[in-house]
Amino acid sequence: MRGVTVRLEGLVKHFGKVQALKTLDLEMKPGEMVAFLGPSGCGKTTTLLLIAGIYRATAGEIHFDDKRIDHLHPRDRDVGMVFQSYALYPHLNLFENIAFPLRLKRRPNREIREKVEQTAELLGITEQLHRRPAMVSGGQQQRAALARALVKEPQLLLLDEPLSNLDALIRLSARGEIRRLQQELGITSILVTHDQAEALAMSNRVTVFSVGEVQQFATPAELYARPANTFVAGFVGFPPMNLLEGSFNGDFQAGELKIAVPEGHPGGPGFLGIRPEDVRLDGEVPAQVLLVEPLGKDALLTFEARGALLKALVPQEGHPAPGETLTIGFPRERIHLFDSQGKRLPN
Amino acid sequence: MPILPPRWRIFLITLGIIALPIVIGLVWILLTALFDRVHGLIPQAGLGRENWRFLWQGSLSGRPTIWVALLNSLLFSATVALIEVLVSAMAAYAIARMRFPLRRAYLGFALMLHAFPAISLIIAIFFILRLLGLFDTLIGVILVKASLELPLGIWLMKGFFDNLSWEMEMAALVDGASRWTVFWRIALPLVRPGILALGTFALLSAWGEFILPFTLIVSGRSWTLALYLQSFTSEAFVDFGLMAAVGLFYALPVILFFLLGQRYLLNIYSGGVKG
Repeated sequence: MRGVTVRLEGLVKHFGKVQALKTLDLEMKPGEMVAFLGPSGCGKTTTLLLIAGIYRATAGEIHFDDKRIDHLHPRDRDVGMVFQSYALYPHLNLFENIAFPLRLKRRPNREIREKVEQTAELLGITEQLHRRPAMVSGGQQQRAALARALVKEPQLLLLDEPLSNLDALIRLSARGEIRRLQQELGITSILVTHDQAEALAMSNRVTVFSVGEVQQFATPAELYARPANTFVAGFVGFPPMNLLEGSFNGDFQAGELKIAVPEGHPGGPGFLGIRPEDVRLDGEVPAQVLLVEPLGKDALLTFEARGALLKALVPQEGHPAPGETLTIGFPRERIHLFDSQGKRLPN
Repeated sequence: MPILPPRWRIFLITLGIIALPIVIGLVWILLTALFDRVHGLIPQAGLGRENWRFLWQGSLSGRPTIWVALLNSLLFSATVALIEVLVSAMAAYAIARMRFPLRRAYLGFALMLHAFPAISLIIAIFFILRLLGLFDTLIGVILVKASLELPLGIWLMKGFFDNLSWEMEMAALVDGASRWTVFWRIALPLVRPGILALGTFALLSAWGEFILPFTLIVSGRSWTLALYLQSFTSEAFVDFGLMAAVGLFYALPVILFFLLGQRYLLNIYSGGVKG
């Protein structure tokens, strides 16, 4: 199989008066796995269905390599897709489900049998091929859906929340398996998910969506280290980043709380963010512990520091008790600054 | 046999009393058809086949033979059911799955047509058939009967299609199917219970249809069994034995249909068929 370059240019989708997708520009490298991450209703599945050809774009272009494909029928786009509900055909057994795309292409029976069996083996569902979807487990249904998407050797694989209907345990192993398979086949893939752990773990790059707009398109490391705006800052990373609203005047001032920040910001109202894991317990700002949430290896503390509520992640061992007063600190190099619109300020 | 609680016994007795006239009617028709002479419910002569002479005597006083009427009835019912199922399924799929102008208006109109007493249109239908040259033909009545039943069929099938997962159809499109293929190979097999239910309704309704053929068919060669049976009432001397026998003959296919397909039909009527 080969991966294709995917280029989306000014893609727009309206449903009546509702703007499901504002303007989307995106370029994916061959063989790359890109995650579309965002809360529900943010336009990520809409984008997937535009690429698959189920929806027609209101405006904009879709290119695979150098070929424009947005006017083509889904069958001529050479795309495989796994749906959230798996969308297997309940009246056909797994073999016929997987064979369906090949039957539509009127391939000879021998070739169909060969390819279906080969794909089923790749996914470990050979034993279940004669069963109907309702007779196999959720994990096997998910593999069958993946097999059906892969059997025609598409140039692009679309995954719409493929793991969200699985048990937590299987989900973790399926996550690794899909990623391994995708890398092995070298197929360009898009993963739609609302689960940031899934997006960060499985993809080369992540597109963060919110209300029909792309907030940031970057590698998982970059998303974490340099979130482009307050939405990404609050959405990516767990526990979520502390975000304080205030104003810059030399330092950053949020109510009574004053925090020293790097120089070179324009001044005026804005936001300051710091991840709970970056808050230090040996600083100079007095803070009272309100709540301790043990998380296993770490504990999550909630502080009140001069009227502001903050969270900090500290080692479980020897963590402070509720009611204790500490002095906390905000390392300059770990602080994220955003302007009044929520856009990241250079620092 | 489990013993029923007293409340149920009262319930069953009440039902029995209500059903009594029908049971008596059935007993009467059975006795009258099988015995040569019957007074009330008491046979006056032995078992005989005199009442069944229509089966082998061919034409009775200018009527077509029963076999022509039987063939017409079968043709009529089967064609009506086929047209109804096919057109309802396609129309219902379009309504359930596609967006087109006036879709809602169309749905409302279909519902209104279903509630409309179609028989009040019979004069208009008569003129339309005359105009089209379809008056006094089986095809004409078939078209009329099928169209009058379509609103119900469309609504029924729409309910079945509405229950199918849209994601599954999207998957078929991505797999390379056209809308037409999705309809035939994915959607239609999955609404099989609906098709069987509607087909059964249509078949039975057409088999028992009387007023439309009665109004729109004149010549004996296009008679259905209902018309054949009715023709005996207009004689100066009404032969009840013969009528009872013809009536039984007319009802026999329906009775067989229910006996053979009972388990399946019950499933359909209770709406519990699982693919």
